[in-house]
Amino acid sequence: MDTLVDILLLAFIAICAIAILRLRDLFAVTMMFGLFSFIAAGLFATMHALDVAFTEAAVGAGIATILILVTLGQTARREKSQAGRNVLLPLLVVWVTGAVLIYGTADLPVFGDPQAPAHLHVAPYYIENTREHIGIPNMVAAVLASYRAYDTLGEVVVVFAAVLGVIALLGLRRRPAGVEARPRDLEEHQVLKVVAKMIVPVILLFALYVQFHGEYSPGGGFQAGVIFAAAIILYALVFGLDTARQVIPPRILGWLPAVGVLIFGCTGVLTQLLGGNYLDYYVLAENPQTAQQLGILMIEIGVGVTVASVMLLIYFIFAERALGTRTDDGEAGR
Amino acid sequence: MSLFAHYNYHLAIILAMIGFYTMISRSNLVKKVIGLNVFQVSVFILFISIGVHEDGTVPILREGYEIYSNPLPHVLILTAIVVGIAVTAVALALVVRIREEYGTVEEDQVQAQDEEPGPT
Repeated sequence: MDTLVDILLLAFIAICAIAILRLRDLFAVTMMFGLFSFIAAGLFATMHALDVAFTEAAVGAGIATILILVTLGQTARREKSQAGRNVLLPLLVVWVTGAVLIYGTADLPVFGDPQAPAHLHVAPYYIENTREHIGIPNMVAAVLASYRAYDTLGEVVVVFAAVLGVIALLGLRRRPAGVEARPRDLEEHQVLKVVAKMIVPVILLFALYVQFHGEYSPGGGFQAGVIFAAAIILYALVFGLDTARQVIPPRILGWLPAVGVLIFGCTGVLTQLLGGNYLDYYVLAENPQTAQQLGILMIEIGVGVTVASVMLLIYFIFAERALGTRTDDGEAGR
Repeated sequence: MSLFAHYNYHLAIILAMIGFYTMISRSNLVKKVIGLNVFQVSVFILFISIGVHEDGTVPILREGYEIYSNPLPHVLILTAIVVGIAVTAVALALVVRIREEYGTVEEDQVQAQDEEPGPT
């Protein structure tokens, strides 16, 4: 049964990818991309990766789709015809690369094989020792925030660097004087407003649950951060940018990515000051398991704050930019 | 079953190639970014597939279950998704800036304007 679901989902996802390639209308392409990500999330769930499925659903189907839509609003809605472009060379490159890779899979272990190398080395260590070392059921959170906390620190810094890049490119500048936030079409849809009003609080509550219950059920800072940001972005889409900016004032939001990274980094410094190694949580409390859980809680909060604020900041910068520009559908028509 | 032994890997490679082809054959920059995202998702699928244990379950400890799927690929991909959206955001910011400077997001038109002699 699992195999059948797996095969069907993968077939669907391939169809979506081909549609993304073939369609000319970029708006339709973006919608197909949202669907593509959503099916990918379902696929991850069937492959036992619930934490990944959460993240992919919130990021791929939510935030990425909206960012691409906002970009389309500032560029062109239709792709130019590809006439006159050389298609043979790209096709050749893709077929050769694909053939070599497929040839390579012949040596890979069978899908799900218990004897695959991936299951024989570090994985058993994490699976056998998580209960004793850390005492939390969710192994993904344990590996993410304790065994491999250095990696996670690196990832959080990359996310922070990305928001710096976006600010450097597009600027935090306020909109030009005189440009009012246009009433969006969405604001006139009563149904959307009512439904959004009902589900935004639920999504926010769910984000907090995912954040603070992440050690016991699928969840953690990354997932909670993107779900939280998705809720606020939904609010901004339906009720307008200015209303949403009153919820989290820009002056505070601008500081939060750095605050999250600092919470993470300072947890490491704190363990050093208490006599341990960097991010070695055992010095935080008498009981080793309590110490580990305390450390994980602290850095997950840092991760959550950074991820949520970076996603919101990026969305606000793009959306703010879109107010001042207009789309050029006319000239890009054909 | 044996027919589908490598089905996940093959599909991941096909998706990667579709994303790759979108990136190198289309001139619209937004479409290229979407192609990059398709490629990313294919890598995620490949990694998660490698972590699956056929008798295993979700890697959350629970009484009565002994075998779990490998949690390590989940951790790697979880963070990779968030880093991926950050990369996408920077790429889209570049697209917006290119549109403002050149008035177009088509690669060949940008190229043509760069090659034009005289003041830009």
